[in-house]
Amino acid sequence: MLPKEYRTISGLSGPLMMVENTTDVRYDELVEIELTNGEKRRGRVLEIESTRALVQVFEGTSGIDVEGTKARFLGGVLTLPVSRDMLGRVFNGRGEPIDGGANLIPDKKLDINGMPMNPYSRDFPSEFIQTGVSTIDGLNPMVRGQKLPIFSASGLPHNRMAAQIARQATVISGHEDFAVVFAAMGITFEEASFFMEDFRKTGALQRTVLYINLADDPAIERITTPRIALTAAEYLAFECDMHVVVILTDLTNYCEALREISAARKEVPGRRGYPGYLYTDLATMYERAGRLKGKSGSITQIPILTMPEDDKTHPIPDLTGYITEGQIILSRALHRKGIYPPVDVMPSLSRLKDKGIGKDRTREDHADLMNQLFAPNARGKEAKELAVILGEGALTEEDKAFAAFSDAFEDKYIRQGEYENRTVEQTLELGWNLLTMIPTKELKRVRDAYIEKYLKPRLAKAESKA
Amino acid sequence: MPKEKKIQGVIERISGPLVVAKGMLGASMYDVVHIGDIGLIGEIVELKDDTASIQAYEETSGLKPGEPVIGLGESLSVELGPGIIERFYDGIQRPLELIEKAAKSHFISRGINVPAIDRTKKWKFEPKAKAGDIVQTGDILGVVQETIIVEHRIMVPHGVQGTVKSIHGGERTVEDVIAVIDNKGTLHEVKMLQRWPVRTPRPVTKRLPPNVPMSTGQRVVDAFFPIALGGTACVPGPFGSGKTVIQHQFAKWAQAQIVVYVGCGERGNEMTDVLLEFPELEDPQSGHPLMKRTTLIANTSNMPVAAREASIYTAITLAEYYRDMGYSVALMADSTSRWAEALREMSGRLEEMPGEEGYPAYLGTRLASFYERAGRCIVKGKGEREGSISVIGAVSPPGGDLSEPVTQNTLRVTKVFWGLDANLAYQRHFPAINWLSSYSLYTETLDEYWNGRFDDEWSTLRIEAMSLLEEEDQLREVVRLVGIDALSKEERMVLETAKSLREDFLHQNAFHEVDTYASMDKQFRMLRTIVRFHHAGMDALTKGAPMNELFNLPVREQIARMRYLEEKQISEIDKLEDTIKEQTNGLVPVGGEQNVA
Repeated sequence: MLPKEYRTISGLSGPLMMVENTTDVRYDELVEIELTNGEKRRGRVLEIESTRALVQVFEGTSGIDVEGTKARFLGGVLTLPVSRDMLGRVFNGRGEPIDGGANLIPDKKLDINGMPMNPYSRDFPSEFIQTGVSTIDGLNPMVRGQKLPIFSASGLPHNRMAAQIARQATVISGHEDFAVVFAAMGITFEEASFFMEDFRKTGALQRTVLYINLADDPAIERITTPRIALTAAEYLAFECDMHVVVILTDLTNYCEALREISAARKEVPGRRGYPGYLYTDLATMYERAGRLKGKSGSITQIPILTMPEDDKTHPIPDLTGYITEGQIILSRALHRKGIYPPVDVMPSLSRLKDKGIGKDRTREDHADLMNQLFAPNARGKEAKELAVILGEGALTEEDKAFAAFSDAFEDKYIRQGEYENRTVEQTLELGWNLLTMIPTKELKRVRDAYIEKYLKPRLAKAESKA
Repeated sequence: MPKEKKIQGVIERISGPLVVAKGMLGASMYDVVHIGDIGLIGEIVELKDDTASIQAYEETSGLKPGEPVIGLGESLSVELGPGIIERFYDGIQRPLELIEKAAKSHFISRGINVPAIDRTKKWKFEPKAKAGDIVQTGDILGVVQETIIVEHRIMVPHGVQGTVKSIHGGERTVEDVIAVIDNKGTLHEVKMLQRWPVRTPRPVTKRLPPNVPMSTGQRVVDAFFPIALGGTACVPGPFGSGKTVIQHQFAKWAQAQIVVYVGCGERGNEMTDVLLEFPELEDPQSGHPLMKRTTLIANTSNMPVAAREASIYTAITLAEYYRDMGYSVALMADSTSRWAEALREMSGRLEEMPGEEGYPAYLGTRLASFYERAGRCIVKGKGEREGSISVIGAVSPPGGDLSEPVTQNTLRVTKVFWGLDANLAYQRHFPAINWLSSYSLYTETLDEYWNGRFDDEWSTLRIEAMSLLEEEDQLREVVRLVGIDALSKEERMVLETAKSLREDFLHQNAFHEVDTYASMDKQFRMLRTIVRFHHAGMDALTKGAPMNELFNLPVREQIARMRYLEEKQISEIDKLEDTIKEQTNGLVPVGGEQNVA
């Protein structure tokens, strides 16, 4: 059946288009729009009221006129053609190849909105991913199927860090089929080419699928870009049995596009003008990470967002933090000190940390050591603040030890090279070395057995040297 | 009761989860409807002439104007009967396991209609009433062993009374007639399967004051901010402060006979965690797996938003049903903010006038009427059975700002406030319940109960410990300004004890096999030991004992390790008292006694 064509466009506003006298139009249906000059665009039905349909145009409405433009309702929802050959290719934000290569011969066409995973069918993520970054592996361990965002801010090296994680991430149990899906939303050409260059240089490109929506591409396209990327990821993970890491950057641009549509629809705004359903909307993307029973593949998400004014309580990071399983927060203060990666360990958190570590996974002492490292660092920072007010002299011997611990922690543990790939053992050893700097009786969060096994030999060695 | 005639209208408008239908004359508010050719489930939330606004419990994509809407003439109800425990439901009581089977997929597809309670399974019905008995609403007709620890009591349904004409024991399905009740000639066939509309509270005979504690095994809660059976509590906190872990801890260790856990608009992985972990963990009271007393309801954040709104009501209705049998039920809702957001989203789509921050003006009344369904009471039926529902709701305030409408409206109706503190969480002090800002209105009433059990010492210990923590807060301010040297020896001792209270008592590791749960006996002994050391230390200081040596006494390390002692070893804690005396006295110099004037 040929789709019906309408020339009854009655109004345009922002990214939205109103079509009149429609019949048989379905909610969420895909629309093809033909401009007077022959250019074709796509959109989807946002609302239907008896014979009027409100259409959101993916590529924006500029150039569309009321008179000559035709709208065709295509029946289905927006789908993405997928196949294993996506690997190594570069697409635009609508899923069309832009690397000069041929079009994909699709294995399947999938609805880009996906469907919610049945919580009963999920398998709990518990496989430790070694990223080679101490602040993640040691303190905020990541597991396969987790969604762990990086909260960054303008001017901080989140891209370098994301590239490092994508480059180094492995599981200890050995090599398996592994892929990266990268979705860029409204980032600059420079940032996009940094990732492409890095993937190319390290040979990671053949196992990467890139979806690029640059800052000068239509903002509304950003709504679909991450969904397209996640659809590709779901195909690779659950039909091709691959372990997929999805990097989404920058979610702040995505939310801004969403706000634009909401404002054009004249909806009642929630906080800071973002729509009230921002939480639900973000959740439909983030929740697409995970593992399924009986499937060997997995989707791990690393969304990146830049916090406006470094403010963690801004709706975008705030709602993200409520959905994702933890967050890695970058700190401007550490960055200023020249420490890379500038991970602020105190507010950073991985909620699934306890599931992936311990005996037979990483090492028996991992959990205790992880819990122990935070307290002295906090105390050291307090002591340093005190020293600023009252001078070094006001500190007790113990406080001084903690202050020294805190410094060493930043310098040795947090700081590492962009191409330095530490094994989890190296990270753990580093942690125990640091703990020798403070009195043993303060180590209340580690079991006695581990103190005997891991700390005492170090102390003895240090003593014999002295 | 379903009406005779079905009402059929047509779709007029579709906007996300909101569907507007015309030709719905005769339908009532909150009636359930089937929408469109694929028959999505929805509920009427607004009526204007023959136009009904419907919230759809499933994704509406693909619907078009002109498709039929069929009113079922019944409001949204849950099915009640044996087979609820150990189940994992979605927000409108569809078993997720059966959805998986029906959809033949790991993903939830639409238009799936599966029964909430298994129709084919046979239960062994054991009659407790006999022919000729005169019964009324709530009386127990007989019992079924639902799980190894839950005896499911089949009650006379609401509105039914009369003489038992016949009653049939033995292997029965939930749809078999188990008894016939004769009410002056009208015969009523009773089946195990019953229905109840979720938005209507189930009636009780009499409500009782909440003066019996519900211990949770969490020290900061039980000792300082306890909750009573039938009480209400809220846990607000920014993300990452450990709300969900606390809710899980309550679901695991709370001293309740039945646990209903509802994950409302939260993470899918967390629900899976519960589902995988609970069958493994052992309930300290019964010794059987926790899952044997638990029912789970999950409407994760990516599942349809309207069903999120319904999930809370589904949960509390199931809780009320078990309460009516005479059980103590604990209901954990994580998170009520997501429920409120679902209200807001629907309200926005209905173009209602927004109240604060876009939330509808009726947010406060909805929250209050939900929490009011908690309580301890004498339930309907003979025998003065006592049942209770305790509700613990997590709240997720945006940006951790407690002044927002959901938190404020919740605080107005709940009696316990466990304020989670991001700074404590950063220092990995868990549970991150701030001991200075939290409160419980049950503390005094429950003191009476615990004093009776612990030789009248309980409330004295609690009050002294709390005042030490408050004093610490002030002293730390002084230290921040002028340094620790400005403090007297006694003040230093206060700081040391408060630190010990924080680190050795309040801090509790949910992931440590022993520390995760502490019985009241253990909590009492731990608290007493820490306070005893404080007294002994103060005494020794006045007698001239050197401060640093006092703070570094070996017994302090033993105090720090009390928490890792298993429940059967808690008598070890009592022995510490002598050790404390011995070691502190050992520091007092000869003649020190005379320093005490």
